Amino acid sequence: MVENKILDKSVELCGVKLDNPIVPASGTFGFGEEAAEWYDINVLGAISIKGTTLHPRFGNPTPRIAETPSGLLNAVGLQNPGVEAVVTKVVPELRKVYKKPIVANVSGFSLDEYRECCRRIDEVADIIEVNISCPNVHGGGLAFGTDAAMAAKVTEEVKRVTTKPVFIKLSPNVTDIVAIARACEDAGADGLTLINTLLGMRIDTRRRRPVLANGTGGLSGAAVFPVAVRMVYQVAHACKIPIMGCGGVSSSADVIEMMMAGATAVQVGSANLRNPYASKEIIEGLDAEMERLGITSLKEIIGIV
Amino acid sequence: MANKGVFTILSNAPLTDSVWEMHLAGDTSAVTHAGQFVNIELEGLYLRRPISISDWQEGELTIIYKVVGEGTARLAQMKAGVELDLLVGLGNGFWSVPEERVVLVGGGVGVPPLYGLARRLMAEGKSVSVVLGFNTAAEIFLCQKFEELGARVVVATMDGSAGVKGTVIDAIRAESVEYDYFYSCGPLPMLRALCEQSSGEGQVSLEERMGCGFGICMGCTHETHSGHKRICKEGPVLLKSDVVW
Repeated sequence: MVENKILDKSVELCGVKLDNPIVPASGTFGFGEEAAEWYDINVLGAISIKGTTLHPRFGNPTPRIAETPSGLLNAVGLQNPGVEAVVTKVVPELRKVYKKPIVANVSGFSLDEYRECCRRIDEVADIIEVNISCPNVHGGGLAFGTDAAMAAKVTEEVKRVTTKPVFIKLSPNVTDIVAIARACEDAGADGLTLINTLLGMRIDTRRRRPVLANGTGGLSGAAVFPVAVRMVYQVAHACKIPIMGCGGVSSSADVIEMMMAGATAVQVGSANLRNPYASKEIIEGLDAEMERLGITSLKEIIGIV
Repeated sequence: MANKGVFTILSNAPLTDSVWEMHLAGDTSAVTHAGQFVNIELEGLYLRRPISISDWQEGELTIIYKVVGEGTARLAQMKAGVELDLLVGLGNGFWSVPEERVVLVGGGVGVPPLYGLARRLMAEGKSVSVVLGFNTAAEIFLCQKFEELGARVVVATMDGSAGVKGTVIDAIRAESVEYDYFYSCGPLPMLRALCEQSSGEGQVSLEERMGCGFGICMGCTHETHSGHKRICKEGPVLLKSDVVW
C-alpha cells in the first residue's frame, strides 16, 4: 500500500533534527565509543551520553547490578570522569566517529553544580538533558526531581547559562509527575525526558542482605515500559514542550507506541545492555512497523492517542 | 574485537556434581586471549550470563561452569544441538610476559580459563607449573587435562582428601613450587593471599556482577591503582600491582 513511498522517520527536537527518533539512553551507552566498536553509530537519531557531573565520580561500590523479572536494577551511581574530561577528551574522541546530535546528560548535587556543569558542557552539546531523577546517589539528583519548586529552580538556573535546548529528565518516583513536568515547563524547560528508573530492591535470601551494595537501585527494562507509556501520555496531555520517551523500550513496535503516547523522540536504554545492536536493530525495524500500521511519517503519530 | 553470534551446543556434560563442561561450535575469531569470556543470552532472563572461556580453537570453544543460580541451572539442562546467542571474545584476558618460570594458580570454578592459558604457555615453551585448589577430592576437575599438557600439576584440597591438605598457598610451599611470574583465577581470598605471598608480579582474573559485559553500563567497575577499571572491559584480568584489596 505504501510501496515505493519513502517512509519519513525524521523528527525534530527544538530545532535539532534527528534522522530517526531513536536515542540510546544515558547510562546504557557509555560515551558511545564502545558501541562504535560494534556498528556505525551514525545510524542513530542522537546519543544521550553518560551522565556527567562537575567533578569525577567513581560511583557506588559493587555489586551495582541485579537481575529482575524482565529487567534489572542498577545502582551505578553516576560513574563519570567529570565535565572537564568529558568536554576536552571524551566527546572529542566520540566526535571522530560520530557526527549526529549529542544529548549531554548532566547531574548535580547542588544548584551550583548543575549550573556550572551545564555551562561547561554547553560547547559540546546539541541538547542538554538535566537529570534530576537519579535514584542512586544520596544528597542530590532525585531530591531535585521529587519537588516541583526545586525542579523549577534547577531549570531556571540551567537555562541561564546555556542557549542549547534544555530537557529535564523526570523521575517516576513521585506522586504526580504532571505537576513536576508543568513546573519545569513554566520555568523555561525546552523539553522533557521521561522516565528515569523506578526505585527498587532485591534481597539475597541466602546471605540475608540486599543484592546491591547500595541497598536499593533503579529498575529498568521491559518491565517498566507500561509505566513509561502512561507517564509520557499524561505529561504530553498537560505540557506543550516535546518529550523524549524513555523506559523499557525493546522493539520498533514499542517506539511507535511511545510516540503515539506523546513522545517526539524515543530513548532505548536497558535493551542496549542485553544486545549491543539493540538500538540499531530497532531503527532497522521501523520501516516494517510503519508499513504494517500504514504510517508514512513518524511526525504524524506523535501524541495521536 | 568482540562479536555476536549464534553457537550450537556440541556437548554438555557434568565434570562433577555441580560443574559442567559445554562445547560449542561457532565463529571464535573474536577470541584472542585466554581469560576472555562469553556472554550468553538465555530466554526469559533479562541479562546475559558471563562465563569464562576454558579453551578454544577455530570454530569451537569450551566453557566450564558451576551451577550456582537460575542461569547456570538452565545452561546445565541444555542438550546438544541447541543454539545459543553469544557475545564472544569479551574482556582483556591474560597476556604473555618474558618470564620463563610461570605458575598458574586456580581455585574451584576459577580453574577453567587457566587451561587455555596453560596450553598456550606450553606451546610458547614456558616452564609451567599448575596449582589447583578444591574443597574436596570429589570436586576436582580438569586436573588430568593439565597433566596431559605436560605441565607440573599440584593439587590442594581443604579437607586433605586429595593432594596437599590446605590451600593453594600451602601447596606451593609444601611442594616448593618455584616461579618468577604467576597467573591466577579463583576466589578473592585466594587471589589476595597469592598476591601477598608472591614477591614477583602476576596477573589475576577478577569476578564481578555485570550488566552488559562489553563496557557500556559501568556496572562492574573496580577502583585500581591505575584508575577505574571495568571488569568486563579493561578486566577481568588485572595486574597484581593494580589491584586495590
